[in-house]
Amino acid sequence: MTAAADEDLAAGFDATIAAGDRIEPRDWMPEGYRKTLVRQIAQHAHSEIIGMQPEGNWITRAPSLRRKAILLAKVQDEAGHGLYLYSACETLGVSRRDLMEQLISGAQKYSSIFNYPTLSYADVGTIGWLVDGAAICNQVPLCRTSYGPYGRAMIRICKEESFHQRQGYELLATMMRGTDEQRAMVQESVDRFWKPALMMFGPPDADSPNTQQSMDWGIKRHTNDELRARFIEMSAPQAAALGVTLPGNDLDWDEFWRIVKGGGPCNAQRIAHRKKAHDDGAWVREAATAYARSPR
Amino acid sequence: MTNSDWPLYEVFVRSKRGLNHVHVGSLHAPDDAMALRHARDVYTRRSEGVSIWVVRSDTITASSPGEKDPLFAPSGDKVYRHPTFYDIPDNVPHM
Repeated sequence: MTAAADEDLAAGFDATIAAGDRIEPRDWMPEGYRKTLVRQIAQHAHSEIIGMQPEGNWITRAPSLRRKAILLAKVQDEAGHGLYLYSACETLGVSRRDLMEQLISGAQKYSSIFNYPTLSYADVGTIGWLVDGAAICNQVPLCRTSYGPYGRAMIRICKEESFHQRQGYELLATMMRGTDEQRAMVQESVDRFWKPALMMFGPPDADSPNTQQSMDWGIKRHTNDELRARFIEMSAPQAAALGVTLPGNDLDWDEFWRIVKGGGPCNAQRIAHRKKAHDDGAWVREAATAYARSPR
Repeated sequence: MTNSDWPLYEVFVRSKRGLNHVHVGSLHAPDDAMALRHARDVYTRRSEGVSIWVVRSDTITASSPGEKDPLFAPSGDKVYRHPTFYDIPDNVPHM
């Protein structure tokens, strides 16, 4: 291809972004744009899949059939969200096998929030309210992201996340109407999850060197600190209505980076469990493949 | 063998009677029947559809984005194909 043709393609890409139009899978795109999207969408997909574990931990110990049905549906949604996002990521020319391998090897990351343990059933409520709440805050602007398949996956996900947040808040509200012990469980859970939830928006803008390029490309629409501030503002009246106190907003970024780099309380356990689930499912995939190939 | 070796399918869902099937996404499956089952689980957990089509992605023939201009150019200069091209007096009803 000639240099002039390359320039034409780049100009076409820039014009599409400038017009606020979407880039679609077979369009030409700069390699940096593609790489940034693969990294971000893969991280997002892995977060959904790993995110099934902290809550899945409580399915067999749900306090009622109602709560169990809700939690099962929610964890099943997380699997679905992971699949939407893996599909979007594959449109960029990476294979599902590569994505899986890079999660297991640690080459690609997932949200640091899922490396914290879930110690009580109140955590199921807190995760719905604060963790899914933070995710929604992050994801609503991504429905308008410049890459078509990513935006469409985010629209589907946002529709479903609303149920996740509301079931969590309702769970906590129910506990707050219970005994002193239950109220204490809710406060203790909120105390543990508030700051990690705030860290879900990523490092402060000053330490987020890729943000400006991502915004220029229309991948991100707001900076980490903008979204974090918006979430804090939205959460305050919700906490007041619930009757819990939110801890302060001073964040320990050393802790954040330690967990991102694999040093969190549950990093090793999460990856080992994911690998085991994949390995344990091998016979099912093999059987389905054999059946598909058998003459019928 | 992992599911990355399974072929990719595109999924289309008719949300209700009277509407077209619309593309909703894709998934991997070992065969057509499993693709349909996976599509139900992944794309219609909340009664989003009354009918699903799955089709292997490698059987779809698509126009290339590079051909966009030459392929669609012929319709660009035919404004007379649109009803608003024609002036009809205001006092002529039902048109």
